[in-house]
Formats: sequence, structure tokens, C-alpha cells
Amino acid sequence: MTNPSEVSATASKAAAANASGATAANSPSLAPVNKKWLAIAGFVAIALLAPFIAQTFGGNYWVRILDFALLYIMLALGLNIVVGFAGLLDLGYIAFYAVGAYLMALLSSPHLTTQFAELAQLFPGGMHLGFWWVLLIAGPVAALFGVLLGAPTLKLRGDYLAIVTLGFGEIIRIFLNNLDRPVNITNGPKGINAIDPVVFFGIDLSRPQELLGVALSPGLMYYYLIMVLVIGVVIISLRLQRSRIGRAWVAIREDETAAKAMGINTRNVKLLAFAMGATFGGISGVVFGAFQAFVSPESFVLWESIYVLAIVVLGGMGHIPGVILGGILLVGFQEFLRELAEPVQKMLFGQVYIDAEVLRQLLFGLALVVVMLYRPSGIWPAPRREDRPVTRTRSHTSRLEGGA
Amino acid sequence: MTTLLLSVQNINKRFGGLQALSEVGLQIAPGQIYGLIGPNGAGKTTFFNVITGLYTPDSGTFILDGKPYQPTAVHEVAKAGIARTFQNIRLFGDMTALENVMVGRHVRTKAGIFAAVFRTASVKREEAEIEDMAHDLLEYVGIGQYAHYTARNLSYGHQRRLEIARALATEPKLLALDEPAAGMNATEKVELRALLDKVRQDGRTILLIEHDVKLVMGLCDRMTVLDYGKVIAQGLPQDVQNDPAVIEAYLGTPAH
Repeated sequence: MTNPSEVSATASKAAAANASGATAANSPSLAPVNKKWLAIAGFVAIALLAPFIAQTFGGNYWVRILDFALLYIMLALGLNIVVGFAGLLDLGYIAFYAVGAYLMALLSSPHLTTQFAELAQLFPGGMHLGFWWVLLIAGPVAALFGVLLGAPTLKLRGDYLAIVTLGFGEIIRIFLNNLDRPVNITNGPKGINAIDPVVFFGIDLSRPQELLGVALSPGLMYYYLIMVLVIGVVIISLRLQRSRIGRAWVAIREDETAAKAMGINTRNVKLLAFAMGATFGGISGVVFGAFQAFVSPESFVLWESIYVLAIVVLGGMGHIPGVILGGILLVGFQEFLRELAEPVQKMLFGQVYIDAEVLRQLLFGLALVVVMLYRPSGIWPAPRREDRPVTRTRSHTSRLEGGA
Repeated sequence: MTTLLLSVQNINKRFGGLQALSEVGLQIAPGQIYGLIGPNGAGKTTFFNVITGLYTPDSGTFILDGKPYQPTAVHEVAKAGIARTFQNIRLFGDMTALENVMVGRHVRTKAGIFAAVFRTASVKREEAEIEDMAHDLLEYVGIGQYAHYTARNLSYGHQRRLEIARALATEPKLLALDEPAAGMNATEKVELRALLDKVRQDGRTILLIEHDVKLVMGLCDRMTVLDYGKVIAQGLPQDVQNDPAVIEAYLGTPAH
């Protein structure tokens, strides 16, 4: 009972942030809370330095990969609310990413004004709403799409829900693909280019900049921008998880009938989960559009939905650190394979037998099967500490006496 | 004369050709344990589902605590003041015992999504109150030391208790228990009886649907016996026990 309660959880966290992990393990005199903060500090330090390390050893290409890893983490955190917390299997999640990306593309590129003369008159300089405004709009718009998907599926569970959401994802993509006729709104499969970059206090993030003698590449600046957004999403997720709403989500996941009997308005609470998840998806999409400066329906295929779902499931459904780890592992794994698959084959057999892309999907599937067999609740599931001493937040109150 | 907590009159419910409930009525006074018994298929569960909003009756009137009560959605029932447990335990298996009870507070708290995200002072206070009360309730039903156990890892008897704690968390006017003793051994039944006794002494009203006649007889203040969807006896346990109609329903007609 005297065992410090936080130690086991901190130990695993410290292992992830290896720099501080060693320090924490070597100083048993530290209070558990301090160890926790040390682990967090180590993690933050690594997260802050990562793009510099990547740039030094791998060049800009690897910084871009880090950017995408963060984007996928943000997407996965959004999906985690729907799938992990509320237990609603959503196979069309990428549609919200598409909504955000296309919103950015339409409102911050010359596309619409070149297509519609009336708009060109209204905005002679072209539609350039800019990243920050679109970011503000994208949240509510994506949430609306989330409710649009959620409303007809409220009574569906499991497989049936999965099929409808899958259909929804495809509908959005097919719309984007075909809305170039009779009036050209989305420019169809050709996509929309020349999307405005993020401009932060007059600093154009798509151009190399210099700060105090340090050269900052676009990838590096976007990394920190997305990092800030990811941290925001993590904080919101954590707070929601430990709230009345978060508990209601998990209650619905565990037993919807019992949740109703406890007075939870399951319809509203489920719609809220869809809306919240969609908001994060939409925001990720806006960043994606600005970062790539180009969007096309090809980026929002079913495979992408499944990829994001795999991050959530592999990492640890409903456990935020697990989802983050899942994102890092899957994106990292994919890139390592892309880099290594062909050279290694050449080295071993003298020629390339399996295309890197094919091998990637093969191993990806294999990894999924192995993890599901041996760690069905993910690589880093939520810790269970039943030996935790029962501590009270306040002293005893007697609100129980005296009936209703 | 005290006002009735729940007054139900002339409930009818028909499923196709089967009249599951006909003209069922009962009156529960505050602070009572009210028993509802009957052989299998008598309509107990149908009646329970009507009261808890799962089924809509074809006709009938309800008055709960002096106000007309017409549940149209299941989640409104808890808000109106009736909390239930399930015959086959339905806990939130992957949540801890504490979290299960905290979910029960949902209906009496109000923090919305924005309040939760910004963690306002009132939300913090509300959260602390929820947690505190959940601890209290776990202690009250006697499983305080298992607060951080995952619900599905608790023993059967403790799961039953947890379900009662979760229902109590909604501050119900009426606690409706659907066969709480089902599957319990003799010791667990004695403990359950003591717990229900305690709940009654603290001024709560209980509607108990039970197979176990012995438990019901010893515990209930009043009871109703259903058979084929009709009330065949109503009143004090000892009167009901000797009612020929009840004996017939349970044991069959004597051979001539």
C-alpha cells in the first residue's frame, strides 16, 4: 500500500521518452509526480528536436515525413473519439479530412474565381481567405458533416454502422471526383492547386526563413505548426475523456442499453462524438491542403480511412498515448520500408522481386494480424492499476441520507 | 395519509394476439419495498419494461410523486426519478467500479462539451462532487475498496452491488430492481437482503421484481402477484401468501 501509485504508469512513459527515463530510474528519491513531469519534459524535448535531427541525418524529405506523421496522429486522435471512446466503428473518416482540405482549397486558391465570373468580380484579387479563417470555419463545417453522417446511423451498430460509414466516405470522394461538370466546383480528378500557404504574422511558411541565424525550411516550420495543433487536440481529448461527456461515450461503447437506462441521451451524445471526431478531421484537412498546396480526390480513398483506423487500433483504442505511438510507428514503418525494401532486395538477391508498395501493404497486413493476435487491445493500451489505493478527493459527505 | 410515490392504474399492453398486461395497477407508498412476483410468463418483465419506458402501454395512467409520468424515451426515465438494474447484469464492463457509478451521476449533472474542454471552476467542482459521491456510494453498498477494479473483474455478488450503487447515483425516487437475487448463493442473498433493508431505512423506495419468494416475503412491505398479465392478489405478504389464487398459480389446481 505504501508503493507510490504513479510509478508503474510513469515507468512506461519514461521508457518512451528514453532521455529522461534513465534519469528517473536512477533517482528513487524523486516523488512520483516529479518523475512524471520528467518523463513529459523528456518527451517534449524529443518532440521539439525531432525535425532538426531528421533534417541533419535525412534531409528535408524526412522532415516532411515527420509532418505527415503528425498529421496522421491528429487524424487518429479525432477518429479515436468516435471509435475509441464511443465505440462507433467509422470506416469513412477520411471524408472529414477531405472536407477540410477542399474547404481550404476552394476558399484560398484562384480556382473558384477563375471558374465563376461573378465571384471574380466580387474578389478581383482572387479568393484568398487564408489559413486561419478557413481553420475557424472548417471546425464547424466538418462537425456539421459529422452530424450528417451520424444522424442516419444512430440505430446502427457494429458491422452495419461500418458499412454505412464506408459508403459515406466513398460518396464524398465520388462527389469531389465528379463535381467538375456541369459547373466546375472541385475541378474533378485533376484536383485544385495553387492553394495559399500558411502565413503566420507575415511569415510565409512555404518559403525558407531564417531566425537568429538558423535556417528554417518550410517542413520544419509546418512541423511546429502541426505540433501546436496536435497538442491542442491532445489536451481537448484528455479533458473530454475525463469529463461527464467522455464517460457517457465510454458507457455507450460498453453497453448502450444500460447507458440509456442511466439517463444518457444516447442520440445526442453519439452525435457529439461524430461531430467532435469530424472537427479534428476537418482541421487536419485544412492543414493538409495548405501544406501540400494541392488537393485531389486521390488523397481521400478508402485505404486512407483504413490506415487511420489501423493507427487507432494498433496503438491502443481509447488510449491517447497509445494512439500517438501508433501514428509514429505506422508512418515510420511505412517510410522505412519505402526506403529499404528495394535496396535490401538488391543486396540479398541481386534484383528486386517485390515492389516496395506491394511489400509495404503485405507487411502492414501481417503486422495487423500479429498485433491483433498477441496484443488485441493494441500496442499500448490504457493501463489498469487495480492495486491503486482508494483516495478521496474530499472528506466524507453525507449527501446519501434521506432519499430523493 | 401520505401521498403515493408511484400510482399505476389500468395498464394494458398487447403483443399481437397476446394480452401481456390487462388492467394492471399498483400503488407504492414512499419508503416501501414493493414486491412484484408471479410465475414465469406472468408479465412481470413486461410491466417493468412499461414502467421503465422500454415499451409504451396501450392504455393506462402513471402518477410519479404527484406528477403525471409518461416515459416516451428510455433516457427520460432516470431523469424522472426511476433507476433500474438489470436481470442479467449490465455494467460498463471495461470501466472501473468508480467510473460506473460516476456515469450514474450523468443525469444529475450538466457539464457540456465546452465546459469540459475549458475546465471551468464549476466543472472542476462538479467533477470533484461526482467522484466523491461515487466513492460514498461504493462504500455504502460495501465495495468501497474495489473502486479501481475493472467492473468485469468483480465477483458476481459485487457486480450486483455495483449495479445498485450505479442506480442510486441517479438519486432515484424509485429504485427498480429486476431479479437482483438471480444467480446468487445463500450468503449473497442474505447480504443483499441486508443491503436492501438499509436502502429502505435511508428513506428510499424500492420496486422489487423477484422469483425468489422467500426473499420477497421476508423483505417486502406490500406486494402484487401477477399471473397471465392480471393482478391475482395484492396486499401484505402474509395475506398474499395464503391467497388461494396465488397458491393455485404457483402450485397448480389440486387434483380431485
